[in-house]
Amino acid sequence: MSDCPQCTDEVSISDSARLNEIVECAGCRNELEIVALSPTVLALAPEIEEDWGE
Amino acid sequence: MIRVAVVGAAGFIGGELLRLLVGHPEVEVTAAVSSRFAGKRVDGVHPNLRSATDLTFCPADDVDEYDTVFLATPHGAAMAQIERWTGHSKQVIDLTGDFRLEDTEVFQRYYRSSHVAPHLLGEFVPGIPELHRERLRGADLVSVPGCMAVAGTLSLHPIRDLIGPEAHLDARTGSSGSGATAGEDNLHAFRSGAMRVFAPTGHRHEAEIARHVGVRVTMTATGVEAVRGVQTVCHVTPKPGVDEKAVRRAFRERYRDEPFVRLVAQHRGRYRYPEPKILSGSNFCDVGFAFDEDTGRLTTIAALDNLMKGGAGNAVQCLNIRMGWPENLGLSFPGLHPV
Ligand SMILES: NC(=O)c1ccc[n+]([C@@H]2O[C@H](COP(=O)([O-])OP(=O)(O)OC[C@H]3O[C@@H](n4cnc5c(N)ncnc54)[C@H](OP(=O)(O)O)[C@@H]3O)[C@@H](O)[C@H]2O)c1
Ligand SMILES: [Zn+2]
Repeated sequence: MSDCPQCTDEVSISDSARLNEIVECAGCRNELEIVALSPTVLALAPEIEEDWGE
Repeated sequence: MIRVAVVGAAGFIGGELLRLLVGHPEVEVTAAVSSRFAGKRVDGVHPNLRSATDLTFCPADDVDEYDTVFLATPHGAAMAQIERWTGHSKQVIDLTGDFRLEDTEVFQRYYRSSHVAPHLLGEFVPGIPELHRERLRGADLVSVPGCMAVAGTLSLHPIRDLIGPEAHLDARTGSSGSGATAGEDNLHAFRSGAMRVFAPTGHRHEAEIARHVGVRVTMTATGVEAVRGVQTVCHVTPKPGVDEKAVRRAFRERYRDEPFVRLVAQHRGRYRYPEPKILSGSNFCDVGFAFDEDTGRLTTIAALDNLMKGGAGNAVQCLNIRMGWPENLGLSFPGLHPV
């Protein structure tokens, strides 16, 4: 388990997770990159904005 | 099995109640009351109930034995007839506006008529399980809130200690919110494609939200293209020091164990925020928020099906709680996608 940097939800990280792997947070659905292991550190991966109002 | 009567059974809320109650394993619908359709088959008015029931509508005078009565009449009729229904049943679940407010003056201001049963105003327990579950377990008089009031209340209550004293709420509703007897203004020719601001200020549901949340509420309501569905977008000012994480934590902790409220505030995906379209026929209220760190503004969003969590579904949830049954009995339909 590790906390999402965006929403603080717990994100489960499997034992076999590797550096730079992308995981999804169930709370905010952000994609998170594993930037360090033991202890696990997660960082927000860049997102694409949605825009319907142009 | 309990015996249940539905008054106003030919209307939109009445029809949704019948759909849920006819399929409910612990309920026998003994009376579907309608004056206009007395003697006619229920599935003639609600064709989705073909082969689900052979029930016919009856006049109110024919109703004698029942355990619970649901009142789905226009407002005004419930308070006028309340003695009749409380006298013949163990439990009354009222879906009209008649017993939603506590204060006679506030009632008069919003409904522009005086209350004919003011002694009962404080006796009805608000039918919001998320706020009043313990009281609902023993409640024989329940008043189910308005559809937009449920959405607005659920999107504000968990964060009421984190925000300033004012909330500005913009609500959109589908046409079924106006009922089956809405008249000429609701003709397809007028309504289709319209975004009709039918209540720019002073909508009745603002008094309900203010009562439940404890903040001042101003509200705008707009009729949109959908048949079912309500969405509320609410602007509030967070107190100093409150950030996105605190808001998310408040929603998450409050609704973690709620069977019908889901936190939907995603940074990715197709439906990032609450969207009524995917909730049609389900009893969920989805609640979300967006926090603008730059301007310090907080926007909360809620969506539901006005006939379900905004009315009949919520009423059946209250019945389940009162009877000690699983809360989702008869209410487990998850909605359709795509729809
Ligand atoms: N539509 C929604 O989204 C919604 C959501 C939450 C709550 N509500 C509330 O639920 C109630 C019903 O709404 P609705 O949309 O279902 O309205 P509706 O479709 O117009 O149905 C109301 C029904 O009440 C009956 N009725 C009319 N006058 C009556 C009277 N004096 N005594 C007894 N019955 C009477 C009518 O049937 P007969 O004339 O055949 O008897 C009619 O079928 C309203 O109070 C509304 O505020 C509605
Ligand atoms: Zn997250």
